[in-house]
Amino acid sequence: MSAGSGSRNTNTEPWGSFDDNLIQGGGSAVIDMENMDDTSGSSFEDMGEMHQRMKEEEEVAAEAAATEDDNTDDGEFLGMKGIKGQLGRQVADEVWQAGKRQASRAFNLYANIDILRPYFDVEPVQVRSRLIESMIPVRMINFPQKIAGELYGPLMLVFTLVAILLHGMKTSGTVIREGTLMGTAIGTCFGYWLGVSSFIYFLAYLVNAQITMLQTLSLLGYGLFGHCVVLLVTYNIHFHFLFYVLWLLLGGLSTLRMVAALLSRTVGHTPRLLLCGTLSLLHMLFLLYLHFAYHKIVEGLLDSLEGPNMAPMQRVARDVPELTLNATLRIQGVQLLLDSFST
Amino acid sequence: LSDEASRPFAGLSDVSISEDIPVEGDISVPMGSSRRDDEFSTLDEPVKETILRDLRAVGNKFIHVLYPKRSSALLRDWDLWGPLLLCVTLALLLQGGSADSDDQGGPQFAEVFVIIWFGSIIITLNSKLLGGTISFFQSLCVLGYCIMPLTVAMAVCRIVLVGGSGPVSFGVRLVVVTASFGWSTFASTAFLADSQPANRKALVVYPVFLFYFVIGWMVLTFSPAQ
Repeated sequence: MSAGSGSRNTNTEPWGSFDDNLIQGGGSAVIDMENMDDTSGSSFEDMGEMHQRMKEEEEVAAEAAATEDDNTDDGEFLGMKGIKGQLGRQVADEVWQAGKRQASRAFNLYANIDILRPYFDVEPVQVRSRLIESMIPVRMINFPQKIAGELYGPLMLVFTLVAILLHGMKTSGTVIREGTLMGTAIGTCFGYWLGVSSFIYFLAYLVNAQITMLQTLSLLGYGLFGHCVVLLVTYNIHFHFLFYVLWLLLGGLSTLRMVAALLSRTVGHTPRLLLCGTLSLLHMLFLLYLHFAYHKIVEGLLDSLEGPNMAPMQRVARDVPELTLNATLRIQGVQLLLDSFST
Repeated sequence: LSDEASRPFAGLSDVSISEDIPVEGDISVPMGSSRRDDEFSTLDEPVKETILRDLRAVGNKFIHVLYPKRSSALLRDWDLWGPLLLCVTLALLLQGGSADSDDQGGPQFAEVFVIIWFGSIIITLNSKLLGGTISFFQSLCVLGYCIMPLTVAMAVCRIVLVGGSGPVSFGVRLVVVTASFGWSTFASTAFLADSQPANRKALVVYPVFLFYFVIGWMVLTFSPAQ
């Protein structure tokens, strides 16, 4: 293969030389000899690359030829117009190319939602069985337990938790300030799920446990199933004792499940203690927080928003028209709430 | 190998088509061409006609939501005017709630907007990730139009609340909101579930259920300012 510049008829051989195929148009299509090393011409990738380069060069040459032709035509009438026409056309062409490139890049970025697709590849039966399994601790800790790596179940559980929190706000008689409540609920739930998963993954990375980020997200997400059940029950039936029993029972079961899964994947006493202790602490405390302090925080928010009318440390049940759904229970619940914080 | 390799290059050797080679073939134009002609000429029609045509399209889709059959009208000619109208109406009706100060009405409006649109986007993304064949805007269109029963329920609730906010009114409102919530979910399922593989319909329906549940809860627990 020979490098050369724009000659159309170097057709010396009867079978059509290489020059005929490679050099196009009237422009200077220079073939860089640097790239023509031993592997060129034989490997598929090189042919593809060469083809692409040839196509681009051909396009450029065709464009140059076209504008040249037009230029000569226009130049016959008016010299200046010819030059302007060519310039304008080239600028327009470049703008179009740049825009097309940007659009395709943006589209590829958007289309990258497909990287999440494998994590949503589940059947309803699988989701149901995983929900039930999240409450059943498995005893085997000598062999790494299988943790499902999916994101559909955890995501739906987080949204369910948000809905339950909102429901809790309404039935407990707090003032309905949709904006603050919704934002806080979503922020709390997603913050817990993403934040604690990342933290546990970080700790696992430190102690060299065999668990991936996807698995911690999945594990913690399914652990929220217990939280959802407990909160759903106790937001409607305001008995302290019931809450404590459910907290220990359901919260404890889901924590044990997660702890067993982590134990099976960690080696050494201290790492196990660190990892599992942190997880159980955060998990149980989160449920406690959601039941007690979440209401308090919201009430504190409302108190502070109200202004100087209320004394800062005074907490009273708000006297607003609310649901009369569980009137007596609500009064009892609020009373118990106030009592528990005065002791 | 060099033969096949040189074939892509063969066509490049002569970019112009010489005149003595006839170009022939068949071109079939899809039958939407008459509609295209109409579109080109709609620039000259009076504004009233344009608006009425769009309103008629929106109204037609409302009727499709009221009687959810498995028709493809909502999907084929999707538009987002209807959802926008419904969203604004619902947000306006949710104004004037029992807030302590006047400027708390602001976040409520924005919050309803954000919930509806971001909820719809998340449901759409979820259904696409689960392997749905419906497009992004079609799904937004369906979910937006199916808010209509809840908007109607909100209007009814406001009227009922004029009469008082005792347990009777609460019972009536509960029934109305539950019925419209079920209607919304059923209507949107009738459109969305068709685009999913048969065994995954439940996975798509659940977020829709949650979405309308949250909106229904906002409608039900709305209490007017004293």
